[in-house]
Amino acid sequence: MKSVPEILKDIRPEFDFTTSYDFIMDGMLDSFDMMTLVSALDKNFGISIQGTDILPENFKNLQTIEALLRQSGAKL
Amino acid sequence: MNFTYRNKRISGMLVVVPANERLFVEEMKNYNFPEARSLKLKEVMGYDRRRLVEPTVCVSDLAVFGLQNLFDRGLLKPDEIDALLLITQTPDYFMPATSSIIQGQLGLKQDMLCLDINQACAGFVIGLMQAFMLLEQDSVQKVVLINADVLSRKTSPKDRNIYPLVGDAAAITVIERDTRDSVIHASLKMDGTRNDALIIPAGGMRLPCSPETAVLEDVGDNNLRARDHLRMDGSAIFNFVQTEIPPLIQGLLERTGVSIEAIDYFLCHQPNQFMLQKLADKMKVPHSKMPNNVVGRFGNSSGSTIPTAITLNVADIVTRGQIFACLAGFGGGLTWAAMLMRLGGWSFCEMIDFPNQPK
Repeated sequence: MKSVPEILKDIRPEFDFTTSYDFIMDGMLDSFDMMTLVSALDKNFGISIQGTDILPENFKNLQTIEALLRQSGAKL
Repeated sequence: MNFTYRNKRISGMLVVVPANERLFVEEMKNYNFPEARSLKLKEVMGYDRRRLVEPTVCVSDLAVFGLQNLFDRGLLKPDEIDALLLITQTPDYFMPATSSIIQGQLGLKQDMLCLDINQACAGFVIGLMQAFMLLEQDSVQKVVLINADVLSRKTSPKDRNIYPLVGDAAAITVIERDTRDSVIHASLKMDGTRNDALIIPAGGMRLPCSPETAVLEDVGDNNLRARDHLRMDGSAIFNFVQTEIPPLIQGLLERTGVSIEAIDYFLCHQPNQFMLQKLADKMKVPHSKMPNNVVGRFGNSSGSTIPTAITLNVADIVTRGQIFACLAGFGGGLTWAAMLMRLGGWSFCEMIDFPNQPK
């Protein structure tokens, strides 16, 4: 199982996701990246993140993504 | 808003798709994105190939070709058609109505109704509702519903938000009275305050097409689009579908006392694979009961995607047996509609190619 930073790196290898606190504002994730990320997180953690939770605020940084994963039933 | 119809049925369906096929991998170079990111998008959204008209082909061309095919094979007689409803957002002209052009080209009788309706991705369900209401008239025995659009002609090839998903098609559906006692239930909602989530800004009377509206502009995320082109607020549409469609369908099921398990297929509009998978998960519907394979094979052709999904996935069943289906359309307007009905005993359910024009 991959970690969240590893999955993010797969999607946008040109960025260091451990140094940003706002991936959206910093231009590291766009709306299509969010869908790609959700698809990868679903597969990696064996969950289905709800469509209504695919909102920019849930993908702002590692903490919000991990909170979303817990809320969606992932065991971190 | 709720509706109930009695003793109406679909008796046949023909989908016409352009023979001209485009592959996502060949179009990736048009987008100003790294190839690896485009390939990830392909995998998640289910993009692969789609059918597009050549630049001179109009809605009436697809519709006339399909109807003539049915006449030639004796599957439909011209004089049987008492009403011809065309649902489109890409008419041949502002005036006259494209349904009148189709009537004229095919030499259909004068004693009939021809009507154009401007509806988008909910257009199949809306069209069925109109057909059922017309069939309440003694003078109307058979209605032909045509859902047709050539939206690729109004889409920027350099807009990765929308160009990879759009397809063109025409769906011809024959609707008549059911001799058996049958009931069809439907629910519909509209929200015009969100009308700009899917819009072609220029080309109407508010902003006529001009050299200025044809200029490609950088609209963010490395996408280029003109005001003559279709614009979609993808995030707003995604959230709209995930928020509004489950309660609409659940409300319809509760009102009619039908369980999700009793539905054989949820035949929904086909925006993309990801959106439909999330919709199915939210409603706790198995993916196998909600087909999502249209966009990757034919593209999203607006109001004709539900017929395309039917023709692609359940043609054998609706011609040889019967299914209990929930149809759901959602899109521009915004409009969202769902319908519960039995589909079966059809005399035809097919897909044909509209040939490429000779060079």
